[in-house]
Amino acid sequence: MKSVLKAAQAGTLESNDVMIIVEPGENGINLDLESIVKKQYGAAIAATIADAAKALGVTDVNVKAIDRGALPYAIRARMVTALERAGIGPERGA
Amino acid sequence: MINAIGRDIPDYIEGFGQVKHYRGAFATLPGGNAYGPPIRASRPGAVKVCSGLEELFKLLGLKSGMTFSFHHHLRNGDEVVNQVLAVAAKLGLKDIGVSLTAAFATHAPMIGHINNGVVTSLRTSGVYGPLAVAISGGLLPGPVVLHTHGGRPRAMAGGEHRVDVAFVAAPAADERGNVSGVSGPSACGSLGYAFSDADYASVVVAVTDNLVPFPLAPASIPQNKVDFVVTVDSLGDPQGIVSGTTKVTKDPVGLKIADTAAKAILASGLLKDGFSFQTGAGGASLAAAHYVGRMMREGRIRGGFALGGITGYMVDMLEEGLFKNLYDVQSFDLESVRSLGRNPSHLEVSADLYANPFNPGCLVNDLDVVILGATEIDVGFNVNVVTGSDGVLMGAAGGHPDTAAGAKMTVIVTTLLRSRLPIVVDRVIAATTPGETVDVLVTEYGLAVNPERPELRERFIKAGLEVKDIHELKALAQSIAGVPERIPQGERIVALVEYRDGTIIDVVREAAE
Repeated sequence: MKSVLKAAQAGTLESNDVMIIVEPGENGINLDLESIVKKQYGAAIAATIADAAKALGVTDVNVKAIDRGALPYAIRARMVTALERAGIGPERGA
Repeated sequence: MINAIGRDIPDYIEGFGQVKHYRGAFATLPGGNAYGPPIRASRPGAVKVCSGLEELFKLLGLKSGMTFSFHHHLRNGDEVVNQVLAVAAKLGLKDIGVSLTAAFATHAPMIGHINNGVVTSLRTSGVYGPLAVAISGGLLPGPVVLHTHGGRPRAMAGGEHRVDVAFVAAPAADERGNVSGVSGPSACGSLGYAFSDADYASVVVAVTDNLVPFPLAPASIPQNKVDFVVTVDSLGDPQGIVSGTTKVTKDPVGLKIADTAAKAILASGLLKDGFSFQTGAGGASLAAAHYVGRMMREGRIRGGFALGGITGYMVDMLEEGLFKNLYDVQSFDLESVRSLGRNPSHLEVSADLYANPFNPGCLVNDLDVVILGATEIDVGFNVNVVTGSDGVLMGAAGGHPDTAAGAKMTVIVTTLLRSRLPIVVDRVIAATTPGETVDVLVTEYGLAVNPERPELRERFIKAGLEVKDIHELKALAQSIAGVPERIPQGERIVALVEYRDGTIIDVVREAAE
């Protein structure tokens, strides 16, 4: 289990992108999601973000995501980058 | 009843009445004779000019329950509708029917007039902006009727859609009622959608901010059709009336789609001398025109005519000699406005001549190829252009169903996904153009051909185009984006999609919270 050390962000507010801000948190992965496709893909976006966090061993984090219709791989990449910038390394050790 | 495209439509709809069901693109035929407006007379020396809308309302004794008509050539710059309805509200009129060829964000004040009962019904080819969102939420007492550009003159000629007063936005008018769209501070070019209003309304009023000396010639609408001329300070905001130069897209995905569409046109065998063509003003459509123009130049092909909403790009093609004529029902940009006033081969046409299915010769029937967009297309090739993927009204039927029905080949161009949402779906939310009139779908992942057109499919395969089954494109979209959750819809019907022949092809239900 790894913890987010500091606030960090990745991504942009351009069409088809997502901006993700991560902050240290407790009690699981808490997502605040804003999305133009929330009705159709809200649950899918939440799952993609949670999976990306868990894959890096992160279980407690506060996430703010502003989505402009990003595809799943873009959401995953933005989440991974935000976590790396927050001090979580893939296998580099935090 | 289940209609010819499998939609379950009630036989009777509250706030509308008995429904004539869609039976097929050419299955419903007219009967009887055309409707005529009251016969009017004029004496020498009679004065038509009236110095304000309020004065006109009092002079004519306009009252509650009447239907007023408007046209949308001033697009998002229009203030005429707002000015007229504000006077109606001030004078205490209620229950006004509005017939407006398309409603834009500028028409948001209508929300207040509907809430106050001043306006209680709307016929239009489409709604954009806050008014669209409000109507989707159930603003109107009955459903909005969405018609096609050809369907409106059909309904007027048939006497089904009767107008008490037509308000014609006149960028230039003289005191006798001759009207033109090509000059003045609110110049908008063609006034083609308003011609039927001038033919069938009981009273025809030209509203102008530019009274010019008599005689104004050539006139789009001549003085023998116009009862009154009302002067106002301004028709609207010129910035919202015409765009600057409409440009070909630089987006590589749009260019790839356009390139494929142009190759499909070449492979179809339709691109030869006399070629006739319509395309929209959207980025990819215009880019397709660019590639088609290049192929015409290379093949030394001289086209017959280009039709529809006209852009500067089509004007360039006319002046270069690629087409013999432009038929213009709506001028999209400054260059097309200027050209209409300058090029004798650039002709202003009525919506009736353009697209009315119930006359002996609408121009859409003479189209070889039309390129059109879509907000959604389903595996039966039915196209939605009136709502977004969320079921909220956001676009216009316009000439989409008319040109698709008329053209020898109808090409839909769209990206496979838009903001993650698959555009190719199992079933569109609001079928506007029936699949039997759509031949080809072009996306950045290849094209699909309507199974009813196997000969086209053969030609495309021979030409080396990437032909796919439409189900394959749908599956591909879902594999990239994931399957979207269904948007719940309410029960109440907020919009009727009227096909060009006057039948109801689909309905739009209230957007659920």
